[in-house]
Amino acid sequence: MERVAVIGASMTQFGQREGWILDLLSEAGIECLDDAGVDAEAVEHLYVSNMASGEFEGQTGVPNALAHDLDAMPAYTQRVDQTSSSGGAGIYAAWQSVASGASEMTLLVGGEKMTHRTTGEATDVIASLTHPVEYKTGVTLPSFAGLTARHYLERFDAPRESLGKVAVKNHKNGVDNPHAQFQKEVDLETVLESPIVADPLRLYDFCPITDGSAALMLCPKSVAKEYTDDYVVIAGIDGATDTHVVHEREDPTIMGGVVESGKGAYEMSGYGPDDIDVAELHDMFTILEFLQMEGLGFAEQGEAWKLIEEGYTERDTGELPINTSGGLKSKGHPLGASGVAQGVEIYEQLMGEAGPRQVDADIGLTCNVGGFGNCVITTIMEAAQ
Amino acid sequence: MTMDAYKYEDGSISYPGHPRGPGGTEPVDTVDLSEYTAEVVTWTKSTATPPGVREPNTLAIVEFDVEGESVRAIVQLTTDDVETGDEVEPVYVEELREPGAGIREPESQDWDGYRFDPV
Repeated sequence: MERVAVIGASMTQFGQREGWILDLLSEAGIECLDDAGVDAEAVEHLYVSNMASGEFEGQTGVPNALAHDLDAMPAYTQRVDQTSSSGGAGIYAAWQSVASGASEMTLLVGGEKMTHRTTGEATDVIASLTHPVEYKTGVTLPSFAGLTARHYLERFDAPRESLGKVAVKNHKNGVDNPHAQFQKEVDLETVLESPIVADPLRLYDFCPITDGSAALMLCPKSVAKEYTDDYVVIAGIDGATDTHVVHEREDPTIMGGVVESGKGAYEMSGYGPDDIDVAELHDMFTILEFLQMEGLGFAEQGEAWKLIEEGYTERDTGELPINTSGGLKSKGHPLGASGVAQGVEIYEQLMGEAGPRQVDADIGLTCNVGGFGNCVITTIMEAAQ
Repeated sequence: MTMDAYKYEDGSISYPGHPRGPGGTEPVDTVDLSEYTAEVVTWTKSTATPPGVREPNTLAIVEFDVEGESVRAIVQLTTDDVETGDEVEPVYVEELREPGAGIREPESQDWDGYRFDPV
């Protein structure tokens, strides 16, 4: 099996953007081609991570349209939809295309255009991934977070403030990310006094609705050396699912998809939780950062909140910096782009290109969650030796 | 109106029912959960609701004890005056959310059902 390298990365400004999905994808795709120093005609496979351009915008057939806009024809194109984990699933698909020998140059572009919809409409598009017995109750993804957060806090006797500190940390990190939707700090008092959305969670426990796009260029390690001496290698990757129906999980605080995909990625890479230097976790809601820390073995079950309280995950002083990009919480969450953007952040950290966000890291991990833990992709990258 | 769960060979019960249960087995029976009370496992009051959904919308994950076998469901509550561990009972309502307001095809959904009220 070919070792797969990442030789280029890009992301657009996240936030409320002019233009539509194809404009955003083209912007990130062109920038990634430039960053990698790869001609569009060299691209053999082009994957597009996108959850719902048809529902949000009425635009379908996006991968073919993007190939034309990038002048990447006759590259094979495919859309990857795995709801919020479409980006991570795109990394997995792109990795498979290269590792299998089917492609020697694969461009992955993820993106979503959402902000032209009202909050209620966008929430409903996302909630449409739920089972009918869930959907007809009016449940939303934020509601699942509220249900789970209350259970977690009561069961593990965790203070409400610990969830707020996740938001404070990630907003602080986002200040140094010029592409982040929010580049401003918030204090704990502001988080804890913000309007209730799904109690006990409040506005600042949730990521925003976002437009944006991100891209990665993948190729065999042997080909990477033709383009650059400095690149990143995908050491391990795996994806897994949990129940579609959230309440059918035996333990509401364990995300089986996180646990299983993490196990697979660790096994492929030969690394374990203690080897990870930096991680991008899917903090769509603050409670998710706890559940992923525990599912990936960074903390025992019910104890991730203690690590937050101890500063273990702080960017500049912590043992394991988490969400140096600002996370979905501050950077924003354009659904199909988010998993790709997590990969962009880890790529930049391992390449030493993260500027004021830079941490000392040789091995990084991303965890991209679809639905409320319904499907998950975990990826481990390492700097090329 | 019923709230049907499926029972499988090994005695386990799922709500909603699935065509294949534990070990790939087919369901052997149904259980109408609307005939039972349940215990609140956790709950939330959602204030940012999609089109056609009441605001606020108080939801809970509840657990039924069906002859010693537990099965959970997500349900709407009639009130936010509730605590984890409370016992709740189903109350029939004609409309859980407005059928035409969401993005799903209205005819694909059963819009009547049960809200749960503290006993």
